[in-house]
Amino acid sequence: MEKITLASQLLQYLITGLTVGSVYAMVAVGFNIIYNVTEIINFAQGEFVMLGGLIMVSLHVAMGLPLILAFPGTIVLVTVIGILIDRLAIRHIRRPTVFTLIIATIAVSIIIKGMASFIWGKDPFDLPAFSGRNPINILGAVIQPQYFWAIGFLVITVIALSIFFDRTIIGKAMSACADNSNAASLVGINVKQMVLLSFALSAAIGAVAGITITPISLMEYDRGAMLAVKGFGAAILGGLGSFPGAILGGLIIGSIESFGAGLIHSGYKDAFALIVLLVILFFKPSGLLGSIEISRIKRF
Amino acid sequence: MLRIAKLPIAVFALFIIIFPWIVRQIPAIGNYTDIMVFVGIYCLITIGLSLLMGYAGQISIGHAAFFGIGAYISGVLTAKYGMNAWACMVIGMTVAAVVAALVGAPSLKLKGHYLAMATLAFGIIVFIIFNEEIEWTGGPDGMSGIPGLSLFGFKFNSVERYYYLVWGFVLAAFIFTVNVIQSGTGRALRAIHASEPAASAMGVNVPRFKILVFVYSAVLASLAGSFYAHYLNFINPSTFDLFFSIKLLIMIALGGMHSIWGAIMGTGLITFLSYEWLRYFEEFEIIVYGVILLFVTVLLPDGLAGVPGIVKGWFRRKVSDER
Repeated sequence: MEKITLASQLLQYLITGLTVGSVYAMVAVGFNIIYNVTEIINFAQGEFVMLGGLIMVSLHVAMGLPLILAFPGTIVLVTVIGILIDRLAIRHIRRPTVFTLIIATIAVSIIIKGMASFIWGKDPFDLPAFSGRNPINILGAVIQPQYFWAIGFLVITVIALSIFFDRTIIGKAMSACADNSNAASLVGINVKQMVLLSFALSAAIGAVAGITITPISLMEYDRGAMLAVKGFGAAILGGLGSFPGAILGGLIIGSIESFGAGLIHSGYKDAFALIVLLVILFFKPSGLLGSIEISRIKRF
Repeated sequence: MLRIAKLPIAVFALFIIIFPWIVRQIPAIGNYTDIMVFVGIYCLITIGLSLLMGYAGQISIGHAAFFGIGAYISGVLTAKYGMNAWACMVIGMTVAAVVAALVGAPSLKLKGHYLAMATLAFGIIVFIIFNEEIEWTGGPDGMSGIPGLSLFGFKFNSVERYYYLVWGFVLAAFIFTVNVIQSGTGRALRAIHASEPAASAMGVNVPRFKILVFVYSAVLASLAGSFYAHYLNFINPSTFDLFFSIKLLIMIALGGMHSIWGAIMGTGLITFLSYEWLRYFEEFEIIVYGVILLFVTVLLPDGLAGVPGIVKGWFRRKVSDER
């Protein structure tokens, strides 16, 4: 048995933090996609993550579909749910103000949570790790192979999204809605479709986050709200609307949480991320990489 | 909206006074007085929240925390230190006011609804504290042995006595709030809701009013928490979780954001739903709440209080069509 030194322990906290942080970062990216197009803060963002994890458990564990089929299958199902949220709820709101939109997404999130508790029950579910659970030992820190998947998916998501937003017409149209939706519709962009697409995209990313985190920390029906708040914390910390900011914010929040739980008090694990969120809201609401000019234009 | 007639308040007060008597006549609804005590306690919170949400246009998703602060301060100080219950209530309200000012001042200065997120985070932090500070709060198992209330030797030890005590406070809070709405403060608040830049151009100190309302609603929630603790003699953290904050939101949205009457109606309906009518649904309960909230936000932006207006408009259209 190797001796556990302080240095290796700190390394362990850091690696765990970055892993969890990459999931928060994906949630934050999901927030940003919808926020950029619609200025809505989608409180149901965490439910996408929860659904991703639990649907994956159903397809992969219960129905026995191989990983290669269950993974895209889960993403498609969660994306459909994201689309339904826009089509059935958000689009029909009679007086869409920031106020009613917030409340509508809260309503959607508790409906999804209630249905999930009905379908899957209240117990947490495990998912086999993608490439086994034989830990790798680096400098005395134990690393689960799944950690690499979490960080890897974050990298892939980010690369795919930047290509999408910078190189494709649809991506550019979405960015145009983000800048000014009236101007965008003047040049012939179908803003409603872009809103729909933003919900679909952010649901898909949430599903990926849920699928990757479930083998590490299990998944149950009521995880959504906490994931959403922490992901929002990451988005705010990085600067609401900024994708590099979301990643930076996610990784920082994950690390703070991991070090806080390890070094200060494990019972307050969930509180650290929220305290960071409050501090940022109070002292630098534009975030680390957000621009004050942009935040002035936005309604929210 | 501007004028709130005195007659309905008198009728409502009369209804509240005779309600326990009605319940006594009908054995089938014998527990309704008990439920009405909870309706009263929750009304104290929603009256303040409705002022914050409907009149000042700010969302709070953390009022369960202020409710909990009142309950735990009353509970801990009376059960563990034997302090005077009424003094503890005042201490609870003072603490809630200070905390609300600290949380509200920075976030209310920001544009839009940063308060929603700040209060959400704050609410969860306070919930975690209730769970973790076991030495004080008893942790997830809760704390018992909180004494009942008494005043000059008169004990509020029956459901009906407590009912009148709580509803007395509700009516006082109601009348006070109605007076606030009809005063210059109320006009300032409505101006803020309509347009912040316009309000501040007319000389309304926007942040100050918003903070004032936020503090007021927190103080009422804390008072409600104290009453809750002394009524049940037992509290545990799960009462003060995020879902309770959302439930408060549903009560106000259902009744109608822009009407204090709506807040009371919504509170009554949701409380009876959760304590009586939906008790057997368990798993479905949360879905029902979600559907109600979504239905109201999507189709009835003014809640139940807006229904008469919609019916009137529909009727008028029908009549003009026939001509």
